Amino acid sequence: MTTTNPTTVPAVPASLVARRARRRRSLGVAVGLTVLIVALGTVALLLGKASLTPGDVLSALAGQGTPMTGFVIGELRLPRILTAVVVGMCLGVSGSVFQSTLRNPLASPDIIGITASASVVGVVAIVVFGISGLSLALVVIAGTLVAAAGMYLLAWRDGMSAYRLVLVGLGVAALCSGVVSYVLTRSDIRDAQMGLVWVTGSLNNSSWAALLPVAACAGIILAALASLARPLLVLELGDATAAGLGVPLERTRLLIIAAAVALAAVAVSTAGPLAFVALASGQIARRLLNTGGAGIAISGFVGAALLLAADMIAQFAWPTTAFPTGVVTGLVGAPFLIWLLIRASRTGTGS
Amino acid sequence: MLVLVCLASVMVGASSIAPGTVLTAFLHFDPADTQHLVIVEKRLPRTLIGLLVGIALGLAGTAAQGLTRNPIADPGILGVSFGASLFVVLGISIVGVSSLSGYVWFAFAGAAIASVLVFSVASLGRDGATPVKLALVGSAVSAACGSLITAIVLSDTQVLNSVRFWQVGAIAGRGYDVLWQMLPTFLIGAILALVLGRQLNGLALGDDVARGLGQRIGVTRLLGAAAIVLLCGSATAAAGPIAFVGLAVPHIVRVFTGSDYRRVLLVSAIVGPIMLIACDILGRVIAPPGELEVGIVTAFVGAPFFIALVRRRKLPTL
Repeated sequence: MTTTNPTTVPAVPASLVARRARRRRSLGVAVGLTVLIVALGTVALLLGKASLTPGDVLSALAGQGTPMTGFVIGELRLPRILTAVVVGMCLGVSGSVFQSTLRNPLASPDIIGITASASVVGVVAIVVFGISGLSLALVVIAGTLVAAAGMYLLAWRDGMSAYRLVLVGLGVAALCSGVVSYVLTRSDIRDAQMGLVWVTGSLNNSSWAALLPVAACAGIILAALASLARPLLVLELGDATAAGLGVPLERTRLLIIAAAVALAAVAVSTAGPLAFVALASGQIARRLLNTGGAGIAISGFVGAALLLAADMIAQFAWPTTAFPTGVVTGLVGAPFLIWLLIRASRTGTGS
Repeated sequence: MLVLVCLASVMVGASSIAPGTVLTAFLHFDPADTQHLVIVEKRLPRTLIGLLVGIALGLAGTAAQGLTRNPIADPGILGVSFGASLFVVLGISIVGVSSLSGYVWFAFAGAAIASVLVFSVASLGRDGATPVKLALVGSAVSAACGSLITAIVLSDTQVLNSVRFWQVGAIAGRGYDVLWQMLPTFLIGAILALVLGRQLNGLALGDDVARGLGQRIGVTRLLGAAAIVLLCGSATAAAGPIAFVGLAVPHIVRVFTGSDYRRVLLVSAIVGPIMLIACDILGRVIAPPGELEVGIVTAFVGAPFFIALVRRRKLPTL
């Protein structure tokens, strides 16, 4: 994402050149990631228990395949791939927004208690009440939003400070993981395993029926967030600077954080609390762009690519077992982030 | 207060034991007396381990937050907790280790390997192990270890069954053998952490200022990381991953002492064990006839307390 602030356009050509270079770079990264996502998606369409030729896939996509290929592609693989893209995008954007508004590279919905509260709601709903399917998703979204609102109120004290919000979030996260541990250690081992699968996060329950409401919600929230793009960039400069530049601090931050929480809640309700996607996407995007900005949109693309790749590895890397996706997200994201960090310090661009 | 908590920890349990009996148990130990046996063989090592683990987590948490300049950092930030957990899981699933004192060595090995990996990767490049790189590489390695743990645990119900109790974090059921195993690394780590206060104060002002004050930043980071690994590694080996104590204690202490690391470190070493042992006592009496693991109690009791404290009007930052 690039900054164009018409009120401060300087007459210095150098900065204009730099800005154009930045814009080119982010465009290039976005195009590259889109190509990557499409490529991963294509491979994902071809892979699976039923081995299909590219021709089968094409005719199935055009609606002219046999009923069998039509079912495999249209009802199994395609919704799963699209769910991975939508959920990954939600997590990536949400993580990047948290990191930039709270100005902490470790802040992400997983660490400051958003996904933790979603985990509690999910695990209790599954293990204690035996809820599943769409009602589970709704319960998780509602629970997460209530928990996030509670955290915001707890952190409110003569105004809002990012530092206090982060600490309250940590407390809530600890409390929630305590509850999850308690439920998992006190329940029957089979229930515990089911709960653990959900806490790990998985795309196994993808279907058009589940995807469409999620995609609609995500689209609305992302559009709302896009309209806040400029104040968000200014907010990254620090509270005092942002206030000086005329951004209404509290209201903007509340709106932005609410949007990020909603994105995380939507993602978690569909696929469970997938670890590390949100944290890693924001940081990877920042380093791919290498312009000092947060790259919130790019982070969404990174999240989608990351989740798509992780889901394929989780399904097909081990011939005997298919793991839930969340098992692999850490393994896929971590080496890549580490590699980017090393490369950045080699070239001296720092972190 | 710490002394009082320790005394209470020896007295309170499934059967309460009068202070007089405790005293005679220490002075005139009678192996035939069950109460004496309970005190000396069960409650005393449990309390001592609680003491060491609490000190270790308090110090390691403070050092981790100072080193990374990030209030989110907990003692596990260098990959210690997840590395230790991964090796314990591997030990259970591949080698078939089943005793708590057997876990200790695996936890140590995992903590050491993970944190050496994190520190050396973060040190690559000219700028060395900057706080952001340390924190990010640490959480990346932790995430990767976490993935592997989940993969193993999900494919083997037996392993899940033994690991889920270890992973909560508890100081119950450990004997003197665990205590002796953790003592040497704990002592080195604690001394290292306590002498680093001045250096951490320098780092808190930023790398450039610290350098200007004549500090060798690289050395400070290396020693700090070593202290964290030794402390958190021995704590995790003895009690399982109880990260929240290490995260919360420095923040709680800062409310009373301000941000001077020399004082924060010292007071954390006292508040850490108070919090841990008090929570352990609570866990023993709260759900009779069973017990609640201290890792769960610290989250249930510690977190609300922590949130209430953080809501104070004037919150000292790092």
